[in-house]
Amino acid sequence: MSSVVRQRQSLMFRARSYTGFVIMPRPPIVEWLADLDASLEQSKGFFAGHPIVVDLSSVTLSVNAITQLLASLEERNIRILGIEGLDPAATAPGLPPILRGGRNTQSVELLPDVEPIAVTPAAPKPQQPSLLVEDPVRSGQTVVFIDGDVTVLGSVGSGAEIVAGGSIHIYGTLRGRAMAGATGNARARIFCHRVEAELLAIDSFYKTAEDIDESLRRGPAQAWLEGNTLRISALN
Amino acid sequence: MAHVVVVTSGKGGVGKTTSTAAMGAALAQHGEKVVVIDFDVGLRNLDLVLGAERRVVFDLINVITGVAKLSQALIRDKRVENLHLLPASQTRDKDALTDEGVAKVIDELRGKFDWIICDSPAGIERGATLAMRHADAAIIVTNPEVSSVRDSDRIIGLLDSKTVKAENGERVEKHLLITRYHPSRAARGEMMTIEDVLEILSTPLLGIIPESEEVLRASNIGSPVTLSNALSAPARAYFDAARRLRGEVVPMIVPSENKGIFNKLFGRKAA
Repeated sequence: MSSVVRQRQSLMFRARSYTGFVIMPRPPIVEWLADLDASLEQSKGFFAGHPIVVDLSSVTLSVNAITQLLASLEERNIRILGIEGLDPAATAPGLPPILRGGRNTQSVELLPDVEPIAVTPAAPKPQQPSLLVEDPVRSGQTVVFIDGDVTVLGSVGSGAEIVAGGSIHIYGTLRGRAMAGATGNARARIFCHRVEAELLAIDSFYKTAEDIDESLRRGPAQAWLEGNTLRISALN
Repeated sequence: MAHVVVVTSGKGGVGKTTSTAAMGAALAQHGEKVVVIDFDVGLRNLDLVLGAERRVVFDLINVITGVAKLSQALIRDKRVENLHLLPASQTRDKDALTDEGVAKVIDELRGKFDWIICDSPAGIERGATLAMRHADAAIIVTNPEVSSVRDSDRIIGLLDSKTVKAENGERVEKHLLITRYHPSRAARGEMMTIEDVLEILSTPLLGIIPESEEVLRASNIGSPVTLSNALSAPARAYFDAARRLRGEVVPMIVPSENKGIFNKLFGRKAA
């Protein structure tokens, strides 16, 4: 018999930001609701299934009035995720949480269209991170960079590995392994000044040295995915 | 200021111990105070190559564990009085080496010698990593063939990451010593050329030691080749390499055995 002691796992919390729509009621609330109804008439389901935040900075409402406003929005299929512009002291247990620190991305107008084209929330333009390796990568060393592209100024030795979430650029000779698009990015590519690679892989499709056309070896080359086939061609 | 130099390669049998003995002796013949340390605990050889095997009483492990003082373990060479050997233990294994122990011994030697040359064991395990740990410079011994070159590439990577210098953001000065080179075989394509090796390793060249029976003969009589036959081709190549290590600029040529009657005459006499 063995006794199992359960170790308590450490909990991890992550902070993440998302894009949501903000609606801003203006007094008088009754007229504002009527305007909203008119707009919704033109594009039904615009708000359905999307995270909506209500900004109360233009109005002064009691807890009761806020509860009523939320109920009216709920009737129109607008579910409120959080409240902005409300004094934390003025909130009550039943209300959605108060949000702060929001940044504007781009304002969206209600379009007179049934299909919610404009719904695609404009995500903040993501930065393109990349890693620059200035020294040769020696046999036995591994460079892993999941967040983006890897550029190596020197050579990658036989028995060395480069793993990138994005594309891989090697300005020296690639004698080791290069694995691009490691997070499932089929559009990633591998470029090298001189290919003598042991293995090339993009999004888990690979070719070993044996499968690389002899005519390409020792020359500049690129590799990319075409469907489920890894293609290699000379770069000239 | 003392220079701590590791002689390393990754692969075995490429000539680390031979090169340690020859370079150590060559530097000592130039008048420098030199100690060579055998880090190959359990498989020591440097004592044999230096012909000191019958004078070993205490060794590196004895010094680390405090059984003997450093001065008791150091063996002075009978031919060149500036050359000293700190032998390895043949009976213990590499686990007896500790980082603190090695650091203490090297620190103590820094005060006594101009050059501290550490003969690394093959491989990348404890003995090899501790031999390179405190180095200011490294001599990477490589044969012109693919497996040796790849292992050297691996060792260069370790020199850039696992040494005290690397951890402090500094760089270990690296020198490439190509041994067992055969110019005619390289020309026929039976061996990698010097250019191929340098292209792959991108490390400055310290010297090219030609393949020679003199090296084997020297090992068998327990003498560094620079002492047993100072005019032979490998000995001249080691002397040139030692001068480059001291910072002199010496043109890179591969000395050959049969060049001129002068060398021939003297070569025979000294043998």
